[in-house]
Amino acid sequence: MTPEVIAETVKAAMDGAVVDMAMSTGHPSITVSPERWHEVALFLRDDPRLRLNFLRCISGIDWLEKGEIEVVYDLMSVRPGAPDALCPAENVIAVRVRVPRDGGHIPSVADVWPAADWHEREVYDMFGVIFDGHPDFRRILCPEDWVGYPLRKDYEYPLEYHGIPGTTEFGQKSPRH
Amino acid sequence: MSWIQNRFEEGLIVTSLDWALNWARMNSIWPMTFGLACCAIEMMALGASRFDLERFGAGAFRATPRQSDLMIVAGTVTYKMASRLRRLYHQMPDPKYVIAMGACTIGGGPYFKHGYHVVKGVDLIVPVDVYVPGCPPRPEALIEGIMRLQDKIKRETIAKAAEQKVGEPVPAGA
Repeated sequence: MTPEVIAETVKAAMDGAVVDMAMSTGHPSITVSPERWHEVALFLRDDPRLRLNFLRCISGIDWLEKGEIEVVYDLMSVRPGAPDALCPAENVIAVRVRVPRDGGHIPSVADVWPAADWHEREVYDMFGVIFDGHPDFRRILCPEDWVGYPLRKDYEYPLEYHGIPGTTEFGQKSPRH
Repeated sequence: MSWIQNRFEEGLIVTSLDWALNWARMNSIWPMTFGLACCAIEMMALGASRFDLERFGAGAFRATPRQSDLMIVAGTVTYKMASRLRRLYHQMPDPKYVIAMGACTIGGGPYFKHGYHVVKGVDLIVPVDVYVPGCPPRPEALIEGIMRLQDKIKRETIAKAAEQKVGEPVPAGA
């Protein structure tokens, strides 16, 4: 199935969940509203036409000017037991979910694709998006007491961490680098 | 440092003992099995047959800080790792030495400006004896670093410092 057909299938089955589509790019994607994302995820995985049973990657994008954070889920289908199980997948599509920068909540899909567990923790660690219903929700890379979300575009670097200076210029006073 | 230091005047016995102690120490620098990033790959190459660190008596990589003399900080030190690194250093018995291997360890390296989580030099955490620059340094460079450390150990003495009187407390950090 081409990405266009996948998008139309989802749009027909999930009324109103797909708010936007971008098919002509090199990375075809649909944008899903955060409220219905968990429902759509189950459909994408379980529908016999789609079977997008493999979550390749979760990325975060900080749209500072729009005041939004976008989470991108890259999905593909691997059919277990099929003769071409390791061949290039038939179905490939990306799903985008947009939430506000401050206090954005997205339902966790760690119960749909177990791979989402650590990826969602990383998106939280780097961008500060809250994933509701995650089984083990805490930072994954930064220390537990880290302040801020490092991949946000307005992130200010620490000048000091537990007594270790973090400055790079002599006499530096501002955390901007 | 060790209990025997700073107790005796310099003399024939002391200098002979120095020679024997330093000879033993410099030819059996046991490093700790401790690699943080890509520099560790070069460190492993140095331990393997081609570069053969055992020629310098330093090939016995110990799996515990309690048996190590040398910590080769090979790789990027993050703030999260810094407390662990400091603890490992304090677990090593005296006399102990530290080699800062590679650009990240010396001063942050490529993460100097934009690495929000990288310590800007491991000498902010533990005292460093020898700096080995490179990104990563060739195994030959680390051999050079270990030879410079051997030179440093060769010059050590258990005699008390010249200006210091017998019976005075040893200054901190001596």
